[in-house]
Amino acid sequence: MTAMGVGALAIPDYLFSRPVDASQLLTNGMDTGAKKALADAALNEAKRSGATYADVRIGRYLTQALAAREARIQNISNNESYGVGIRVIVNGTWGFAATNEVTKEAIVKCAGRAVALAKANSKLQKEPVKLAPQKGLGERSWKTPIKVNAFSIPVKEKVDLLLKVNSEAMKAGATFITSNLFFVNEQKYFASTDGSYIDQDIHRLWPNFSVTVVDKKTGKFKTRDALSAPMGMGYEYLTPKASEKVPGPLGLILYRYAYDMVEDAVQAAKQATEKHTAKSVLSGEYDLVLDPNHLGLTIHESVGHPLELDRVLGYEANYAGTSFATLDKWKTGKFNFGSKIVNIVADRKQPYFLNTVGYDDEGVPAKEWDLVKNGILVNYQATRDQVHMLGQKESHGCSHADNWGNVQFQRMPNVSLRPGTQKLSVDDMIKGVEKGIYILGRGSYSIDQQRYNFQFGGQVFYEIQNGKITGMLDDVAYQSNTQHFWNSCVQICDESDYRSFGTFFDGKGQPGQVSAVSHGCCTSKFTKINVLNTNSAKPA
Amino acid sequence: MLNEQEAKKLIDKIISYSKADEIIVNVTGGRSGNIRYARNTVSTNGETDNLAVSITSVFGKRSGTANGNELDDASLKRTVLRSEEVARLAPENSEYLPALGPQQYGKSLTFSDATANVDPSFRVDAVLASLQECIAKKITAAGFLEDTTGFVAIGNNRGLFGYNKATSGEFTVTARTADERGSGYGVQAFTDASKLDTKGITTIAINKAVASKETKEVKPEKLTVILEPQAANDLLSLLINAMDARTADEGRSYFGKRGEGNRIGSTLFNEKVNIISDPLNADNPASPFAPDGSPRQKTTWIENGVLKALPYSRFWAKQKGVDALPAPAGIIMQGTDQSLDDLIKGTDKGILVTRFWYIRAVDPQTLVYTGLTRDGTFYIENGAIKHAIKNFRFNESPATMLANLEALGKPVRIGNNMIPPMKIRDFNFTSLSDAV
Repeated sequence: MTAMGVGALAIPDYLFSRPVDASQLLTNGMDTGAKKALADAALNEAKRSGATYADVRIGRYLTQALAAREARIQNISNNESYGVGIRVIVNGTWGFAATNEVTKEAIVKCAGRAVALAKANSKLQKEPVKLAPQKGLGERSWKTPIKVNAFSIPVKEKVDLLLKVNSEAMKAGATFITSNLFFVNEQKYFASTDGSYIDQDIHRLWPNFSVTVVDKKTGKFKTRDALSAPMGMGYEYLTPKASEKVPGPLGLILYRYAYDMVEDAVQAAKQATEKHTAKSVLSGEYDLVLDPNHLGLTIHESVGHPLELDRVLGYEANYAGTSFATLDKWKTGKFNFGSKIVNIVADRKQPYFLNTVGYDDEGVPAKEWDLVKNGILVNYQATRDQVHMLGQKESHGCSHADNWGNVQFQRMPNVSLRPGTQKLSVDDMIKGVEKGIYILGRGSYSIDQQRYNFQFGGQVFYEIQNGKITGMLDDVAYQSNTQHFWNSCVQICDESDYRSFGTFFDGKGQPGQVSAVSHGCCTSKFTKINVLNTNSAKPA
Repeated sequence: MLNEQEAKKLIDKIISYSKADEIIVNVTGGRSGNIRYARNTVSTNGETDNLAVSITSVFGKRSGTANGNELDDASLKRTVLRSEEVARLAPENSEYLPALGPQQYGKSLTFSDATANVDPSFRVDAVLASLQECIAKKITAAGFLEDTTGFVAIGNNRGLFGYNKATSGEFTVTARTADERGSGYGVQAFTDASKLDTKGITTIAINKAVASKETKEVKPEKLTVILEPQAANDLLSLLINAMDARTADEGRSYFGKRGEGNRIGSTLFNEKVNIISDPLNADNPASPFAPDGSPRQKTTWIENGVLKALPYSRFWAKQKGVDALPAPAGIIMQGTDQSLDDLIKGTDKGILVTRFWYIRAVDPQTLVYTGLTRDGTFYIENGAIKHAIKNFRFNESPATMLANLEALGKPVRIGNNMIPPMKIRDFNFTSLSDAV
């Protein structure tokens, strides 16, 4: 399951979050020596009370969010959330407790509460927790390699940017526009009874907007959302750079690792206007040429989620679901997830990507590993307490909690499609399509609970006939089966087209948690995919 | 957890620290506990206590908000100051309206002592009752139980004060057969934990799982469906969420009228459709006031298929010269005394749907959504369930669904709504899914 889109315009409601003035967002809070002393107090209390393992996360989560509608700023908020989460194993059972009181007394009490919960719940335990070994790393630190800390940029500059985005979009024909900037800085300190003490400083940002054009004569409205990607970068992402613009067909401008929000808003207003006169698609089979800003979501839903080991094992059966990619298929070593050119990699070290860290939330160093190699399913995404079920001895480093107040569990790393090995541009790819549709941007998306059957829309659609784009289409969605779809992948552009897609709000778990994750790929071609007209079911 | 007097005292103290033209204080607190299980064993669990204040200060039309959870005098003063700093930084909001003065609220029914007294051993026992049923029947269960006991208080320097304490909870369970060929779902929402029946709900899920093992394919097309209350709520709640006077008047909503204005007064649905909200209804009680302090009152939204009302924000109501109307915190759809079995008995050919999954908007103009059936989908013939069927994907609008309504059953609580099972004709299924 993903919450992407549903909560796309709402910053996560961090537990006990409290707004702070902007200057406070630049401080680093408690020094690591003091955090280590507090963590040791918790670890010692947990061990004294009977825990065979314990970890402590002291987290300071800073967020800044700005929202604008047309010529008006709707909201500016500076929030800070600070606290400690303590996880223990007692009698082979997890226990978790958290407190926003960051004092030695409160933390020791919290550790005792986690132990008590584990003991109470061990009555229900049938599968004692078995952790993959992780050598203690001593004291470590890691920081997102940003150039400009977004929190150092004055609020006025950000307000001016949003109002400029909105005014230019309105001039270009928008009837309405909402625009947003989200900034996140997570200052996370992790300590465990293995002997690791890890301090991390993680930065992310997301510029976003939605343009609406209303045609009063027909009573219809059309929208176009931003083609930005949320990034693991600093404010430098919001400084437009010619070298990071990717020229698309028909004069389209696409973006790599720097975004021109004003330019894209103008482009969006024009495209939303054009949608009113676009041809409604005829249902049938088409070759699809999928832009990275669109295909990233398809990767997320049809590759990222089914290869989460907790889903495969049944831990998410009551909510997100299970997976078609079962262990018996993987064990054959021959399960053709996709065509031979499909190579999918999990990578928590990839620069600029949202899920990139130095260490996961149980002290495992970030890694890169293959999920699908030459079309064959070769591995999953796992945490320390799961990986033994694959017969593997080392965690993949996929443990994450969205806040100090929530327990960590298996979350998706950056999952990406490797570029094609042959030189191939988007223009050349389109030249080879007889009857097709070029799709950009993230639209409607839905997939079943085992990740077989999916339906995806987009933001902008262009018809391709005999190797040429002939005009805009509307009412497009494609419906396919995951394995069929990835086996229909016949061409992948070369690395010069490689770009990222991402979200802050991948949702999973009960109670629900969010996670930020990116997916990289190049424009890719899929043959004979079933396209339906979404306007065929009309209400009263 | 503060009582009404304690909350009032705290709010008055915070107001006394203010230098702003206007100050609005929200205090929330309580405890939330949960336990999660899968593969017939406990997985994660937790318990969180929270007490927090949210302070909005206003200078002219500039407002700023600060939240804090440190409640000593010095910290409260700091939080007030921070809200005033943010307010001074903010541009003027041309849509800002002065805060409400004193209001009258109805007597709330949202609190239950039984839920407030839930402890970890209660949750363990509740889960054990579910697991024992599953283990006895060789079924694998995954489930989640969560309970919350809390309060909300609001006050400002214009004399407004409101306090409401509430309990709530939900139990969900998915039962799967050992061979992974059958899956069933059960759900119970509650205000009063003494009514929680994890064993009974688990039995429903187990029976659906066992009955789902052998599935046949039915061609996806427009078919008559009987939606169990959960499935009906999955779609109906999307229509309720889309109800807003401003977006309708702006021409970007299903409820907008071509040209301008909204569709209040228009017949949009089958005449059997009657939807109200009533915060003082004992079966699905809600806070008697909205987050901004506006009183929530019994409201008719749809009557005999005619749209009677849309929520109006205070700003939009002023623009349009009407009374503000907060969005409902829970709805009641009128049904009949017919049971689900009665609806099945009255159906020649149809599909019984337990619930829907991964529902996403396809067209906001027409409210067409796509999604899939899940955890118990059956073929009905000659008034009886014949066999389980493969899951479907649909592309359908809840507005069309209400227009094509044929029969209703007895409402039950789903989330904070009271929803009847519904019989709908021509429900638009578009493909099959292999998912179990």
